[in-house]
Amino acid sequence: MIETAEKAGTAEAAPAATQGPAVAITGLYKWYGDFQVLSDVNLSVARGERIVICGPSGSGKSTLIRCVNALEPFQRGTIVVDGVTVTQDLKRIDEVRREVGMVFQQFNLFPHLTVLENCTLAPIHVRKMPRKEAEEVAMRYLARVRIPEQAHKYPGQLSGGQQQRVAIARALCMSPKIMMFDEPTSALDPEMVKEVLDTMVSLAEDGTTMLCVTHEMGFARQVADRVVFMDEGQIVEINSPDAFFTDPQHERTKTFLGQILG
Amino acid sequence: MSDMATTTDTVLFVRTQRAERVAPPKGPRGPLGWARAHLFSSPFNGLLTVLIVAAIAWVVPPLLDFLVFHAVWSGDDGREACLATAQNPDPGACWAFVRTWINFFVYGPYPMEERWRVNVFFALLAVGLVWMMWLDAPRRDLGAAYFFLALPAASVVLLHGLPMIGLETIDTALWGGVLVTLVVATVGIVVSLPVGVLLALGRRSEMPVVKLFSVIFIEFVRGVPLITVLFMASVMLPLFVPPAWSPDKLMRALVGIAIFSSAYMAEVVRAGLQSIPKGQYEAAAALGLGYWRTLALVILPQALKVTIPNIVNNAIALFKDTTLVFFVGIFDFLRTIEVARNDPAWATPVTSFTGYAFAAMCYFVACHFMSRYASGVERRLGAADRR
Ligand SMILES: Nc1ncnc2c1ncn2[C@@H]1O[C@H](COP(=O)(O)OP(=O)(O)OP(=O)(O)O)[C@@H](O)[C@H]1O
Ligand SMILES: [Mg+2]
Repeated sequence: MIETAEKAGTAEAAPAATQGPAVAITGLYKWYGDFQVLSDVNLSVARGERIVICGPSGSGKSTLIRCVNALEPFQRGTIVVDGVTVTQDLKRIDEVRREVGMVFQQFNLFPHLTVLENCTLAPIHVRKMPRKEAEEVAMRYLARVRIPEQAHKYPGQLSGGQQQRVAIARALCMSPKIMMFDEPTSALDPEMVKEVLDTMVSLAEDGTTMLCVTHEMGFARQVADRVVFMDEGQIVEINSPDAFFTDPQHERTKTFLGQILG
Repeated sequence: MSDMATTTDTVLFVRTQRAERVAPPKGPRGPLGWARAHLFSSPFNGLLTVLIVAAIAWVVPPLLDFLVFHAVWSGDDGREACLATAQNPDPGACWAFVRTWINFFVYGPYPMEERWRVNVFFALLAVGLVWMMWLDAPRRDLGAAYFFLALPAASVVLLHGLPMIGLETIDTALWGGVLVTLVVATVGIVVSLPVGVLLALGRRSEMPVVKLFSVIFIEFVRGVPLITVLFMASVMLPLFVPPAWSPDKLMRALVGIAIFSSAYMAEVVRAGLQSIPKGQYEAAAALGLGYWRTLALVILPQALKVTIPNIVNNAIALFKDTTLVFFVGIFDFLRTIEVARNDPAWATPVTSFTGYAFAAMCYFVACHFMSRYASGVERRLGAADRR
């Protein structure tokens, strides 16, 4: 499904770049059958940059970030993650996925494993880290999201907010170069939203590269370097958070902000 | 109430006193209360209760008389003990017959001095079963390796023999009774689980050839009675393998059973796979676990766990179906009873009843145990879901 641009050959030869953007998306198009979900998306995410993507429901936000770690195939355009071009090649895809952490709206923790095992699974089996070391790393990140005492419980025994923090820790355990969030607080009860946002803010303060789909405008204001606004599969406006909220340029942005900010 | 009355007139309500905690209203208590609530809650319900009690009173006492009170428990000198006498004019079950023949029922014609090998097999099998069925057992991964790899290999060596290490070869024609029934059932389960998992994965595969093969295999086998599969295996198998190692009768029956149970297991596993939400695959993929690791570490442990009750139900059906190997000339448990009850030395009016009653009880105990186990697991899984 994925068409590689001509440049892919050279990108392949280059070692995983330590300079250059963390993610570079150029001319991305995607269709579900005849339905066009993404049209001409171009976005470059610098290292350490924090990007918030927002837009109305069905505008293709999830689809866009799912293309980055190849959970969705796309038909046209290129995505280069940390110097590796996303193609259909399974080995290459896993290489990309190792470097991209993802947090889902529905947490998607593994219910048959304890919190600690959730966190060590991929480091042990994908990174081939010794169990001992993986557990130490996991405990460090669980402390980081402030739930080390839950390490031996099962996900089903935790609140939604705690589960989402475990999901964040699980992704962090792979030491990803980029963290992606798909509406991480939308499935949470209002009183748990804050604990998850706080965790994300502290990640942002540490300079993690973040690609975040969220409607938490306070979060966007506080941490985003740029806000990307999407509508009908296209990027309509990219702006600094200040300008985005106080002086939006595009008509569509204005109506959207009018609706959500009331 | 009084302080509420003042506030009801206005739009706002502000509670001034905490509502008291009150114990729930008392339902009917005691045995009589229970009986009224559960047995005679309506005229129709009461009628059903009376009818069922009457039916029990009609069936159970004669059955107990036959099986226990009038039964003959000892005597190894043949039929005399079990014939009608003055003291026991209406003799019940002839358990003396079962006691005399019990070794034959268990081992069939397996040579007397080699029967310890069968006993060791039974013990090994029991260890494997407990290890697999006890969900909190330590090292269940080792248990699986034992059950699916070590046990089958050890069993072949033990039962069939390996002259190299001093175990003389016992032709499968000499195997019989419970031994054969257990071998057939175990092979059915040990083979059908992995093969069933592969077929179920094949059926969901995106590779058309793999998918087509799985669908055809599963649907064909499920559309044919077991007895047909058994006949086909015993007639057609020799056509597919070099005549030099023409498989013996038991082997052919085992292949038939394995094919049959794999197809059913595949459907059971498929249902389990379908119960796993897409998010689990995506989370595993996003972590960089590949297809096989995702399956082995994330999907199958969950899918198989919810499938255990159905796997056991499948095993129950298979266990009873093993009696059909009788028709391709295998000497299973039921067949040994068939032989024994025709022994002229034990020809009495009650011998056949006794033999069949014994067989029925054995099958019932085994199947009932499995079914209780399945519902226990089901309850536990239900409790885990509610957690
Ligand atoms: N598997 C699919 N098959 C067909 N259409 C799909 C599929 N997944 C998504 N779509 C469509 O693609 C469009 C974009 O979906 P997407 O989930 O990316 O939107 P979104 O911006 O994340 O919306 P939301 O805020 O509701 O999560 C929607 O119109 C949706 O109906
Ligand atoms: Mg979405």
